Amino acid sequence: MKDLIEIRWHGRGGQGAKTAALLFADAALSSGKYVQAFPEYGPERMGAPVTSFNRLSSKPILRHSGVANPDVVIVLDPTLMETVDVMEGMNDDGIVVINTTKTPNEIRKEFSIMAGIKIFTVDASTISKEAINKDIPNTPMLGALIKATGILDFKAMLEETRIKLESKFKSRPEIVEGNIKAIERAYNEVKS
Amino acid sequence: MAKSNIVAMTGNEAMAEAMRQINPDVVAAYPITPATEIVQIFAGFVADGLVDTEFVPVESEHSAMSACIGSSAAGGRTITSTSSQGLALMAEMLYIAGGLRLPIVLADVNRTLSGPLNIHCDHSDTMMVKDSGWIQIFSENAQEAYDNMVQAVRIAETARVPVIITTDGFIISHGMERIEILDDSEVKGFVGEYKPEHYLLNFDKPVTLGALDLPDYYFEHKRQQIEAMKESKPIIIDVGKKFGKISGRTYGFFEEYKMDDAELAIIAMGSTAGTAKVVVGNLRDKGLKAGLLKLRVFRPFPKDEIADALKDLKAVGVLDRSDSMNGEEGPLCLEVKSAIFDKGAKTIVLNYVYGLGGREIKLDDIESIYNDLFDAVKGKPKDRVTYMGVRE
Repeated sequence: MKDLIEIRWHGRGGQGAKTAALLFADAALSSGKYVQAFPEYGPERMGAPVTSFNRLSSKPILRHSGVANPDVVIVLDPTLMETVDVMEGMNDDGIVVINTTKTPNEIRKEFSIMAGIKIFTVDASTISKEAINKDIPNTPMLGALIKATGILDFKAMLEETRIKLESKFKSRPEIVEGNIKAIERAYNEVKS
Repeated sequence: MAKSNIVAMTGNEAMAEAMRQINPDVVAAYPITPATEIVQIFAGFVADGLVDTEFVPVESEHSAMSACIGSSAAGGRTITSTSSQGLALMAEMLYIAGGLRLPIVLADVNRTLSGPLNIHCDHSDTMMVKDSGWIQIFSENAQEAYDNMVQAVRIAETARVPVIITTDGFIISHGMERIEILDDSEVKGFVGEYKPEHYLLNFDKPVTLGALDLPDYYFEHKRQQIEAMKESKPIIIDVGKKFGKISGRTYGFFEEYKMDDAELAIIAMGSTAGTAKVVVGNLRDKGLKAGLLKLRVFRPFPKDEIADALKDLKAVGVLDRSDSMNGEEGPLCLEVKSAIFDKGAKTIVLNYVYGLGGREIKLDDIESIYNDLFDAVKGKPKDRVTYMGVRE
């Protein structure tokens, strides 16, 4: 695996693209790696296309420029693919993980995605709705990301995310449990 | 339970965390993007009883600095935070804090100045107040933002000169990174107890501060202030060394990155220095003798030290993330040129104004600067000032 992995999250304002990147960073940190998480700089608006980013390495990460050539792209909302070039700058052997009811093959045909790029799909919205009664697909997509890339230990990530969510939702354990279940389901249900 | 000192924090979180550990007497502040979180998080520490600080929410940045001046003059350890227009609105009071030699610490998140209206990073705000009598220290990343805040208190109180610590807006302020924090007790021990020599609430030794100072004495007082800025240099070095003893991270006026045998170098401040290190590494892999001088302390300006560090170089590219609107070089380049000129060196100096209003600077952009420098050494004429990535 490359020494520096760059990840780009595509979502819409309110879907938790930024939070997902931050949760990923926390999980990566606990595995002893160096990590960066940063949102697309600037004002965010509910529903508008937004991006956030992660860098992951076993060595200190010095660069502070934007991510231009991601190794992994995660799409929280499939309708974005109609208006945003989510594959922009992507490395030829990259991995894309999409929240959709469609299969990887259907997506590859529909958007003419070249053969070298690995496509993974998971219905994170349905998982989220069933687990926390809301369509906030960011946490299940974390699970799908780990399954698709293997860049972090799944159990350790789950434990670290639980700790983070517990501190954020102190008085609402059902939200923590729901999210954890959603991550596990997405991890198991992601299709390649 | 043993707490890990390795954490993932944004620049803003790191600065707020340093403030919690410093536990100042007073924080007076007014929020502004992208510095808002610093005081927002700190206000949470106050509300949760984690600090003893008197938190003064005010109605403007002018009032924030005024309250800080009052608090510092009264003898309290005082910190504030702002950005951009907020720093501009403070400008009048910054000169007063400097002139009264009040050791206030200010966390400034670098953001450009309007207009046109823009909330993104450049160094215009910090450069606007470069002559206000404040020490100015730039941070490359969240780790340095944290480390610099802890050091700032000790530098300010020893030198009796106020200190601005900066981070790059959004790039560092909102970027989460792995950083290592010190234990609360280590920070407490490092900053020590603040014992001002003169202060308004000392009834045994009453003093007047901010009195009218006419042509008969004003100049002498300014001369003392200039001397205090000069004398802060060994203090900054001493504090940087002592900080190294507790953290393993020693700080000076600047960091020399692969400069030992370098023939060409760029000078940069803030987050771009990190990106430049990657470029230097890539060029070194190709056998090219490239280096980087990352300037940390812009005020006081370490003129002789910079001239000495650059003396063996053939060409230097100076990166300015602001412009001086003189139609010529940016503020950093002017000072670097004056340093080199005074030593009689013949080094080629090219200026690159970049990143205004948050314009991205990529690895390729920085590499193109090194390419320019190689060309210049070979005798190819180059523009004195290049505006990086501008559509013209």
